[in-house]
Amino acid sequence: MKPVRQVAGTAYPWGAKNVDTDVIIPAHWLKTVLRSGLAKGAFETVRAEPGNVFDDPRYAGSPILIAGENFGCGSSREHAAWALADMGVAAVIAPSFSDIFSSNAFKNGIVPVVLPQEAVDRLIEVAESNEITVDLETMTVTTPFQDRFTFDLDPFRRQCLLEGLDEVGLTLSKDTAISKYESGVASARPWIKVGAGNESTFVHGAGRT
Amino acid sequence: MASKPLTLYEKIWADHVVERRDDGTCLIYIDRHLVHEVTSPQAFEALRVAGRPVRRPDLTLAVPDHNVPTTPRVDAAGRALPIADPQSAEQLQALRQNTSDFGIDYIDAIAPEQGIVHVVGPEQGFTLPGTTLVCGDSHTAAHGALGALAFGIGTSEVEHVLATQTLLLSQSKTMEVRVEGSLGFAVTPKDVILAIIGRIGASGGTGYVIEYTGDTICDMSIEGRLTVANMSIEGGARAGLIAPDDKTFAYLKGRPMAPAGEAWERALAYWRTLPSDPGAQYDRSVRIDASAIAPSLTWGTSPEDVVAITDRVPDPDSFADPSKRKAARKSLDYMGLTPGMAMQDIPVEHVFIGSCTNSRIEDLRAAAAVVKGRKVADRIRQALIVPGSGLVKRQAEAEGLDRIFIEAGFEWREPGCSMCLAMNPDKVPAGERCASTSNRNFVGRQGPGARTHLVSPAMAAAAAVTGRLADVRDLMAGN
Ligand code: SF4
Repeated sequence: MKPVRQVAGTAYPWGAKNVDTDVIIPAHWLKTVLRSGLAKGAFETVRAEPGNVFDDPRYAGSPILIAGENFGCGSSREHAAWALADMGVAAVIAPSFSDIFSSNAFKNGIVPVVLPQEAVDRLIEVAESNEITVDLETMTVTTPFQDRFTFDLDPFRRQCLLEGLDEVGLTLSKDTAISKYESGVASARPWIKVGAGNESTFVHGAGRT
Repeated sequence: MASKPLTLYEKIWADHVVERRDDGTCLIYIDRHLVHEVTSPQAFEALRVAGRPVRRPDLTLAVPDHNVPTTPRVDAAGRALPIADPQSAEQLQALRQNTSDFGIDYIDAIAPEQGIVHVVGPEQGFTLPGTTLVCGDSHTAAHGALGALAFGIGTSEVEHVLATQTLLLSQSKTMEVRVEGSLGFAVTPKDVILAIIGRIGASGGTGYVIEYTGDTICDMSIEGRLTVANMSIEGGARAGLIAPDDKTFAYLKGRPMAPAGEAWERALAYWRTLPSDPGAQYDRSVRIDASAIAPSLTWGTSPEDVVAITDRVPDPDSFADPSKRKAARKSLDYMGLTPGMAMQDIPVEHVFIGSCTNSRIEDLRAAAAVVKGRKVADRIRQALIVPGSGLVKRQAEAEGLDRIFIEAGFEWREPGCSMCLAMNPDKVPAGERCASTSNRNFVGRQGPGARTHLVSPAMAAAAAVTGRLADVRDLMAGN
């Protein structure tokens, strides 16, 4: 993953509330085995409406999206984050995010910035015709008009974003701790083995190697 | 000194911490991983690119469900029929190949045990109390009905679990939803969870793990509890838990993947220690009076838009919150409804009984009880019954439920997600209305432009035989 220190530029001044993942990327776009190319399907139902914010040339290619509370609710599909990334969105600002979406966003280098509704309202106003800056070093969102809103991020996630860390690689370096945990479980909770003590457990298709 | 009383969630969490970081994030061990065809291909691909194996294929189970057609899958000779949609076929083939390459147990689309991943897990005894269970699907919350800490994850996390059998997580806040009192005539667990979401709102549970408690929950069957826990995510909570009890243990005993013999006895002793201690503290508590719940349904495009069947379509101006007013206006426009209409006067064209929320045997029995001796109304274009798994389907057939449905004019399908998310050919056409037992009424969820009303199986059956959103109590009163 590329390190993210700052996201600056125009922003879609959208503000919609309870934007679910079916709106971000409808299910029929999920029949892919790739991560890329999903921008085509992003916000399909919204873009069907004339005058929508995503087809407004003033905001084309914006790296920031401003939305209402509970952004990314609904399904766990990471395709929602992939679609945003494919559109070039690198930060979403909203009063709240669904837990699964914000976790997916981080893993794709998209910063979910939580700000109070009043700050979001102000940013929507500014973004109509001005640029916005999200800064991860100072943890602030600023505008050309001296607005300055501070936000919080989970420290570990912030570090991953700033350094562009590969989480799987990081965890694999904990291999010894994981193995130790596993051997503890094997004696304390042996029934955790699937079908423990039950020889008739079925194994289909591939089976185990 | 007595130790601090703990909640069920805190106990499961504590037993799964591999390592705690200074910033409070924990590396949590994952005991069970369910995999399906839609959210896994990119995860397997990433493993391949990095040359990483699956750490614990033996704790992983894969089954295709989201994308499989629900029309017959084998010909008269039992050979698999080709799948018409090339992209669906590619995803199914990818799952077959990936599970084979990485040595993961796999239930094929034509296997008798195939079904929706959240129906299959409990049914096979793969889901166990006190375990951590994940799947690349938000309705993984369902497994919490058996006392498993179960939640949906994204594809990067699927990759993380495949490679390391762990996840990096911060501990959630806890919310107790206590439901007390007896349910009225024809009021079901689906109505209970709709009422709960109507109360806490679609984001009320964000950041929390819910524990459902109270005598109403205890009195529910495991099937009913699965329906309740399933929709935790519609209230914003990543997981919903119900303490395991004798009903849970009786349900699990003898299931193919559940422990047996001495392992079973040891598991049982551990499981009995799991329920929240008396005096355990929750960060938030909500109380629901079960006797006040009527058969419920949604009117809008968020699962929090819940009313009783005897209510009217709300007036957007009646909402205090301006953004809610705006959202309600948009919803009503999309749904083609006007404020003040009686919910019972709304005609429907489609009925869908299925999904991981309501496709288990009890759901089909409840629907059949309403349908028996009646016919699907003329105005209904399609009434689908999609059992949650092959085993549910066979059980229903053994009980003769399929005959009741088919004679009434329903279509009796093969198991899968189907019209719940409209990824396979089962879709509601634009502008048409569906009474659905699924869990999401989002814009376009059942197909572009489709209008969804979430209901219980009995209410869906009532809609099918009357051609409108109907109060199932009126139909059943004489029975
Ligand atoms: S039935 Fe619907 S909600 Fe359940 S797993 Fe399938 S698509 Fe998701």
